[in-house]
Amino acid sequence: MSVNSQLQNQSQTITSSTKQTPSFFVRWLRLLLKSKTGTIGLIIVLAVTLVAIFAKSLAPHDPNLINPAMMLKPPVWADGGSSAHILGTDNLGRDILSRIIYGSQISLAVGISAVALAGAIGVFVGLIAGYYGGLIDNILMRLVDSFLAIPTILFALVILSIFGPSVTTLIVVLGITNWVQYARLVRGEVLSIKEREFVKAAKSIGVRNNKIIMKHLLPNVISPFIVISTLSVATTIILEASLSFLGLGIQPPTISWGGILSDGRDYIATSWWLAAFPGMAITITVLAIIFLGDWLRDVLDPRANN
Amino acid sequence: MVQIVEEKNNKPTEQEEYLLEVKGLKKYFDISEGWFKKEKHYLRAVDNIDFFVKQGETLGIVGESGCGKSTTGNLIMQLLDKTEGEIIFEGVDLGTLKGEELRKKRAEIQMIFQDPYSSLNPRMRVFDIIAEPLITHHVVKGKDLQNQVYELLDVVGLDRSYARRYPHEFSGGQRQRIGIARALALKPKLIICDEPVSALDVSIQSQILNLMAKLQKEFQLTYIFIAHGLPAVKHISDRVAVMYLGKIVEITTKEKLFDHPLHPYTEGLLSAVPIADPELRDKKHRILIEGDMPSPANPPSGCRFHTRCPYAQDTCKSEEPKLMEAKPDHFVACHFPLKEGHGVLIEK
Repeated sequence: MSVNSQLQNQSQTITSSTKQTPSFFVRWLRLLLKSKTGTIGLIIVLAVTLVAIFAKSLAPHDPNLINPAMMLKPPVWADGGSSAHILGTDNLGRDILSRIIYGSQISLAVGISAVALAGAIGVFVGLIAGYYGGLIDNILMRLVDSFLAIPTILFALVILSIFGPSVTTLIVVLGITNWVQYARLVRGEVLSIKEREFVKAAKSIGVRNNKIIMKHLLPNVISPFIVISTLSVATTIILEASLSFLGLGIQPPTISWGGILSDGRDYIATSWWLAAFPGMAITITVLAIIFLGDWLRDVLDPRANN
Repeated sequence: MVQIVEEKNNKPTEQEEYLLEVKGLKKYFDISEGWFKKEKHYLRAVDNIDFFVKQGETLGIVGESGCGKSTTGNLIMQLLDKTEGEIIFEGVDLGTLKGEELRKKRAEIQMIFQDPYSSLNPRMRVFDIIAEPLITHHVVKGKDLQNQVYELLDVVGLDRSYARRYPHEFSGGQRQRIGIARALALKPKLIICDEPVSALDVSIQSQILNLMAKLQKEFQLTYIFIAHGLPAVKHISDRVAVMYLGKIVEITTKEKLFDHPLHPYTEGLLSAVPIADPELRDKKHRILIEGDMPSPANPPSGCRFHTRCPYAQDTCKSEEPKLMEAKPDHFVACHFPLKEGHGVLIEK
């Protein structure tokens, strides 16, 4: 074949193939619209994120403004509700809606950062342990076992009481207690994938170990990881809420959803809205994240492409 | 009486240079159990085999599953560490190479795998799969890289537009072509084909075999062709080695092996080949090998085949036969090699 015709041929195939394979973004969008739950999940997660970003302009009141005149007002549609406080007020007269809007910032930030930290450690450890095996695997997995033996809440309580509760400590504590599940998951996946022939092929080509791990193993273990980690963002938000509820999480005046629940716990029996609305915020956000995770898993699999 | 000439390392002519020479290769897997390992137990997957491969030829390696043929392939590829022996490729013992040196040497020996469904990374586009060896060894970059990948696709008979697709969009035969393109990318001298067609449809098998034969001519390739049955190697091999329980029992040219097998096991394998013509089939005397292959963890004493050999004598149970040149260029490890024709023992 002459050089000319070869080049021609090539440009033809290039143009024809761009037509065949839609761009990444279009593909994602198509897949998104195919999945109803995925669409709902994405919309809610985006909405919550926007609320978190624009909390200042969205909140009708200062979330920490104490107003003794408006203590424990029920939501607007209930008897005695005021249109100034749509979701009512708490025992100090603070606007619940504003508090929930501000609380979304911390809850999302803590949930996502803690999972990102845990995921980074866990995936790294899992890949190394699974791929190299032997002594390295043994040492790392015994470490994982010992982490599993520590009760998360107890560990978090100890660390938080030593270093003092702050957003950073909270993220680190949640990250450190959660990485083990990813390490185990990823290691298991790696063990099965590294026996596949394409890993053997890469080795026989002379691909370096770090490249085999990054290009051949990581992309193939990532989808179960994505699903588990979205679930885990959800449980981390809940865990943060529980720690804040116990008084060791986010400290006032910083607001988190768990913190709102915690503040209202003495009055929950008589004023249901203190717990119901932050609780609903947690539930809806967590559900949306789970939906989004399921959809992401499909998108990340090239086989789901047609 | 047939003269039996004993020769070490089954070297017929000293002056000839081999592309690959395997000497006394052993691979024992430690299967000892428990913490203290009082007694070491080994699975002898490959037990002291010798052979050579000449430049440009195809050596078929045949045997039942578990006979060590794939282990041999993996040992040559340096995907497994040998227990003992030498693998000499172009005068260099591959076992002595470490790290970077070995990594560079890998470019010269490539492998085509059995299962085209697991040999391609599902997350990589065809382009990246074929480009990977070129990128790894910094052969070409940018536009040249693209051109080379396209050329490789041409060579294996795939459309250039396939480069942008993922492996799951292809059939088994097409996938195997992609695997072949990847193996060819670095212009290797030796390609180890580990049952490359056994996972494919019969109609596709011959296509792939023809492609491999064509490529061999075009690029002066040397093949080691591993298969579990003799028919698969018949067309493509120049010489054939028959393995049984980690040992080579017979090694010779294809013609000699198919016309006058000397080892009873080879004879059994040959008569296991189905014959399409019913008349011929009924005429032919079938030698059946009964039973299963013994465990390589606990191989029989003496000749490893004696438990299933229809002609076994007392000597076979106690004495291990060595691989010897029973006839010119025809090596066999048997105390009583077969006479021409079949089913008849050579008189003592």
